[in-house]
Amino acid sequence: MRRSMLFMPGNSAGMLLNADALGADSIILDLEDAVSPAEKDSARILVRNALKHLNYSNCEIIVRINSIDSEFWKSDLQEIIPLRPHMIMPPKINSAGDVQIIAEYMKEIEEKHNIDKPTYIIPLIETALGVENAFEIAKSSDRVKAIFLGAEDLTADLRCKRTKNGDEIFYSRGRMVTAARAAGIDVYDTPFTDVEDEEGLREDALFAKSLGFTGKACISPRHVMTINEVFSPTIEEVEYAREVMDIIRVAEEQGKGAISLHGKMIDAPIVARARQTLEMAEALGGGVYNE
Amino acid sequence: MEIKNKAAAGTLESSDIYVVVEPNENGIDLHLESIVYNQFNEEIEKAVRDVLNDFNVENIKIQLKDRGAVECAIRARVETALKRAGGVNS
Repeated sequence: MRRSMLFMPGNSAGMLLNADALGADSIILDLEDAVSPAEKDSARILVRNALKHLNYSNCEIIVRINSIDSEFWKSDLQEIIPLRPHMIMPPKINSAGDVQIIAEYMKEIEEKHNIDKPTYIIPLIETALGVENAFEIAKSSDRVKAIFLGAEDLTADLRCKRTKNGDEIFYSRGRMVTAARAAGIDVYDTPFTDVEDEEGLREDALFAKSLGFTGKACISPRHVMTINEVFSPTIEEVEYAREVMDIIRVAEEQGKGAISLHGKMIDAPIVARARQTLEMAEALGGGVYNE
Repeated sequence: MEIKNKAAAGTLESSDIYVVVEPNENGIDLHLESIVYNQFNEEIEKAVRDVLNDFNVENIKIQLKDRGAVECAIRARVETALKRAGGVNS
């Protein structure tokens, strides 16, 4: 269960130390944009040692490697894959072929180290070409369990200004969600970059949730709780989901094909959504948020 | 491993360690400053010497300014400095 993904700079010893204590469902140990070219070697070794010796037990671990058009990505994978992070996040993925190149190299490393369980991939899609190829990317490998939209690089590629209300990425968000859901995987929204604007973050996260995103990334620990809250089912949603499942049981017992709840027909999509809500509440250990 | 050049790694930020290594002809010359020197100087020095041993470094001058780094960070910064000093790109 992953609602929030928090970026942590890979070369910051202090920040890596307590990375799993900040409430995020996943932390992204970043070897790419948060690390200057002169410090790539240093960050790679530090992240490798952190994975080896720090007990990150409270959250999922994702490592963002450098892009395949850089000289660093193979060295990143050589050091990181043997430490078995949950996922690798390759940036600037433009096509299914990009993912397959990375997956093939990961397989080589896993075989060399006798690792039988594959590490998953969450491609970061942040170019116009990547957005247009989102479905093929989502379907490119069994390792791909989610896709993630990166709006900062994307808007540069689109040659438009990145704004707070995000009109310029509306199409890309919709396309990403549709592609991911068609492929049967999760989809994550771009970070909200104004660390001070708590209300703006909440609105942005609520909008992303309304489009179908599974969760959202963030660059500040201060954003984690709001994202977790927005992407968790509310008490009202859980109660409604329970009512739906109860009424469906009654309908089945009575041999009815159709049944209504509070005057509204309960059909298969509503049942599916109710089931997802309850599964998520279950995964949260019954922890839901009141709106 | 032979120390060919002077090289540095790490930072002076909290929970990190700054390491400078350079060639030396007569064994291991280690200088440690630490904000937790009185409590942990032996542990820090052991971690540093373990890494030097892992890389078969017999002659080196190594200066460390520790800001409370944990062991895995100390090991990472020393390894990075050694690789930079040995001209090994990894």
